[in-house]
Amino acid sequence: MRDVAVIGIGMTSFGELWETPLRSLWAEAALAALDNAGVDSVDLITIGCMSSGLFTGQEHLASLLADELGMAGVPAARVESACASGGLAVRAGFAEVASGLCDTVLVTGVEKMTDVDGADATYALGTAADAEWEGFHGVTFPGLYAMLARVHMQKYGTTREQLAHVAVKNHANGLLNEHAQYHLQIGVEDVLDSTAVADPLNLFDCSPVTDGAAALVLTTVERAREIAGDKPVVVITGSGLATDTVTLANRGEIAELGAVKLAGERAYAMSGRKPEDIHLVEVHDCFTIAEIMATEALGFFDLGFGGSAVEKGLTSLQGKIPVNTSGGLKSKGHPVGATGVAQVLEIVTQLRGEAGQRQVQGAKIGMAQNMGGSGGSSVVHILEVV
Amino acid sequence: MTIGIVGYGAFIPRRRIKLEEIAKVWGADAPAYKRGLQLYEKSVPGADEDTVTMSVEATRNALARSGGVDPADIGALYIGSESHPYAVKPSGTIVAEAIGAVPALHVADLEFACKAGTESLFIAQSLVKAGEVRYAVGIGADTSQGAPGDALEYSAAAGASAFIFGGDEDLIVAEIVDSFSWTTDTPDFWRREYMHYPRHGSRFTGEPAYFRHSMSSARGMMAKAGMEPRDFAYAIFHQPNGKFPMRVGKKLGFTHEQLETGWLSPWLGNTYSGASPIGLTAVLDIASPGDLILLTSFGSGAGSDSFVIRVTGRISEVQDLAPKTRAQLDENKIYLEYGAYAKLRGKIRMAE
Repeated sequence: MRDVAVIGIGMTSFGELWETPLRSLWAEAALAALDNAGVDSVDLITIGCMSSGLFTGQEHLASLLADELGMAGVPAARVESACASGGLAVRAGFAEVASGLCDTVLVTGVEKMTDVDGADATYALGTAADAEWEGFHGVTFPGLYAMLARVHMQKYGTTREQLAHVAVKNHANGLLNEHAQYHLQIGVEDVLDSTAVADPLNLFDCSPVTDGAAALVLTTVERAREIAGDKPVVVITGSGLATDTVTLANRGEIAELGAVKLAGERAYAMSGRKPEDIHLVEVHDCFTIAEIMATEALGFFDLGFGGSAVEKGLTSLQGKIPVNTSGGLKSKGHPVGATGVAQVLEIVTQLRGEAGQRQVQGAKIGMAQNMGGSGGSSVVHILEVV
Repeated sequence: MTIGIVGYGAFIPRRRIKLEEIAKVWGADAPAYKRGLQLYEKSVPGADEDTVTMSVEATRNALARSGGVDPADIGALYIGSESHPYAVKPSGTIVAEAIGAVPALHVADLEFACKAGTESLFIAQSLVKAGEVRYAVGIGADTSQGAPGDALEYSAAAGASAFIFGGDEDLIVAEIVDSFSWTTDTPDFWRREYMHYPRHGSRFTGEPAYFRHSMSSARGMMAKAGMEPRDFAYAIFHQPNGKFPMRVGKKLGFTHEQLETGWLSPWLGNTYSGASPIGLTAVLDIASPGDLILLTSFGSGAGSDSFVIRVTGRISEVQDLAPKTRAQLDENKIYLEYGAYAKLRGKIRMAE
């Protein structure tokens, strides 16, 4: 297996980009990544996108978007794993370069979510749950995550305030990210006072509906060194992919995210790293409880201690293990198919030392964890600067 | 030629429903709605109140303040509404008959979501300015619809306002100094034929629609008139909820004091075509000679009309000649439970 480096990154601003269609969002991010990499041709394009069909009425994205970039003819493939589609696109691109099938891959993620109203967006996202055993009975994602939160609170004593601290921290980080959807300073009280969505989750516990795209250029470490000269090169040293039951009711234990744990273990094993080695991590905080559970599943904190960790500031920008320095899904925004790519982009930005005011000093090893549904799938990548 | 408002009047139904009463039925978070939308209660039309009856009431109040305008001298009458009682058959003819303005006049019903009211003002004052008619009446009235359980149900309210325009300098209570309109095709809210309730693009109705059009229109108006926010004693914006008009006003540089008099929506709800014009009647009720007023409406679809209005010395003579808007809003209220509200709003399916 060949070593794989990230040589280019690009993303749109995330937000309610009413006047920009999916193809333009995608092309903006793709061109920015190619420009950042300094390459003008690739062997393959991978596209992570959850549901362009339900959100915009457009499927068959791979060919459509290759053509949009003037690259009709180039191999292109769309991958889907609900909200982990972006992470899966990274994994697919990584596998192509590592295996020697391709030398250079444009990895992208995109979602255009504001062409439909809130009810239709909730429906589209809800298709990531088990349609027969969850969706048809009316449960949507805020409800599923509220159940996870309830169980976690009951089993481990996680508090309502601890959930709020996740949102407060991520909004503080998002303030320092020019691409973030929200630039809001909020306090614990703001979260507790926000509109109830699915008890115990309030509006400020939920990631927003977002338009956006992100892109990376992956190639072999040898080629990366040729292009980068004496600049640092960021290498993907671990990649883990795992599944779990989509249906919450079929899990033996729902206070733990099994797919995240497995994907993390696989990424750790490939890279030879342990949780203590990681300097910062982007986790899939689609809801505040998800961040707490992900930091536990990845081994940063023992089960049941994720909540107190965020409350104590262990996951803040200056903490023991900074979590979601980009602002996370909560503040940066959550264009579902783009999220997994944007998480890796944040880690690359940090490892390059280009994160400006939110830079984690001395960051050499970072991790990105992307998740589909209520934990039915997860992708974890470990990146290191060499 | 100087033209302006020679008489104005409002009508607000007595019935109200509190936000909590609606939230209770739908299991919604009432305190969060109140904070988020700044809405406390809204007006509800009674069984015998509709756009036509409310328009007649408001126009009679305007005539009472008009210094004896003979209805027969009214050459044009326009009603802006999205709840005309008939799909085909004008509302304006009924109002014109009721006030005695028929038959030598031009009448039209207008529709442009929540902007239809100021559209009628825009056209009425233009005809007077052009010298085509001696007096013209512009009315904004609605018994607006919101689907049960939809966010609009918390705001959709009922009310009317009427303005008589003329060029007799000794009758003018508020001069129309200038006007400006800003329009694009922005489909943020609509109701197609045979649809019972309107649909909306939820958050798309905010920044790209309400804020962009209101702010562009107000800024265009002030630029055209060579004025800035501090020149005005009062500013009135369209009021789809309690929050938006205050936010748009403050973004433009107006103070709470300039905005609060015309800000009725927290207790009135959104009277759609009636909304910003009723706000204007509340301001005229207490304005002093020389005061400058900025009126900026907004209608989904989307457009925004603005007017610069200067109050004259005759205002104090007419303010007490008809029921004041704030009094209609604050006094004699009848609170409804949801069941009675549902009956009055035709939300209960009856035997056929």
